[in-house]
Amino acid sequence: MAVGKEIKTKIASVQSTQKITRAMEMVAASKMRKTQERVMAARPYAKKMSQVIRHLAQASSEYKHAYLSERDVKRVGVILISSDRGLCGGLNSNLFRKFVGQLKEWTDAGTEVAMASIGSKGEGFLGRLGGEVLGSVTHLGETPSIEDLIGVVKTMLTEYDEGKIDRFYIAHNDYVNTMTQSPEVVQLLPVYTAELEEELTHHWDYIYEPDAKDVLDQLLIRYIESLVYQGVLENNACEQAARMVAMKSASDNAGELIDELQLIYNKARQASITQELSEIVAGAAAV
Amino acid sequence: MTMTIHVDIVSAEASIYSGLAEMVYAPGEMGELGIAPRHAPLVTRLKPGEIRVDTGKEELDFFISGGILEVQPHVVTVLADTAIRADDLDEAKALEAKKRAEDALADKASDIDFAKAQAELAEAAAQLQAISRLRKAR
Repeated sequence: MAVGKEIKTKIASVQSTQKITRAMEMVAASKMRKTQERVMAARPYAKKMSQVIRHLAQASSEYKHAYLSERDVKRVGVILISSDRGLCGGLNSNLFRKFVGQLKEWTDAGTEVAMASIGSKGEGFLGRLGGEVLGSVTHLGETPSIEDLIGVVKTMLTEYDEGKIDRFYIAHNDYVNTMTQSPEVVQLLPVYTAELEEELTHHWDYIYEPDAKDVLDQLLIRYIESLVYQGVLENNACEQAARMVAMKSASDNAGELIDELQLIYNKARQASITQELSEIVAGAAAV
Repeated sequence: MTMTIHVDIVSAEASIYSGLAEMVYAPGEMGELGIAPRHAPLVTRLKPGEIRVDTGKEELDFFISGGILEVQPHVVTVLADTAIRADDLDEAKALEAKKRAEDALADKASDIDFAKAQAELAEAAAQLQAISRLRKAR
């Protein structure tokens, strides 16, 4: 029947789109679980490290590391962590909005900003935004390794060591739960001393090999790297969760669309049958 | 009963080993270390090498490419590096990251263009609103 042929094809095309979004939803769901596990696996390292740093910061009070002391803020560095791919709802736009807000606050206060990005969406955004971009890394995949991040973090740390930046932040999405991801801008350097100066029950000191300064140096660099790595992992988990939710709503919308089109198709079909019948009846009456 | 010491070997990417041991051998930067229970508190950098954990029943080997060792009387923590590290290697990676960023922005303006960014965001928001309005209207 010629009636509603276009509608039929339309329904078929929406159906095939729905198949794709449903498949993507399921893929994202299984990846989300894996990324969450990875976030959990990375936690003990950062936790142990902050314990040791806390001890060291207390023990060697005569040596004050640059990463632990505040200085006047003239220029800040920030790494923007985003996803490599789209189709994850408003995840990246929300982060970018928060980031632009923070950026405006800084520039309004007369602070210069040096930026770097992790993830291709962020790289593209910073490119359109303009401004000073120090480093970038993309396509870390689903199993990012800390090795991929060393370069970007190192550029920021060098700037900090040379006194070119006075504070160092990361902007990333924080995983709250599957439905909620909150964009955050977190300060990494100087390391929050309030957090570190928690009272210990008894006082003791380590034996240092080779010496406190060298050990603390390396430890703090690793600590910052692990925090950035955590940020990347969190952002990954957020990406998968956001994609799952976005794809679920896309599949639902496709379902609704199909129902509506089906209804229109049925009505058109019925109308054409009624018309044919009335023509036959009219023809019979005329004879 | 022999004394034991708790051993945690963690890297940034995973927890590698956690358990009790009678003796731990680690490649310290100043020389090989043997750590028995109730060792004095110690922090040292580690060279690439092998960490051997003697649990009394068996001896476990872990290869690490460097890291930091923390010893407390009843706990040994190894913060292992997962990557092979050297200062010049880090430097090379930093340059690579920098180059990437420069390539990506070869011909971009140097001032932060808030107006443009906000316009883009507003446009995206408007699109979303329009879509939801269309959906309601149907």
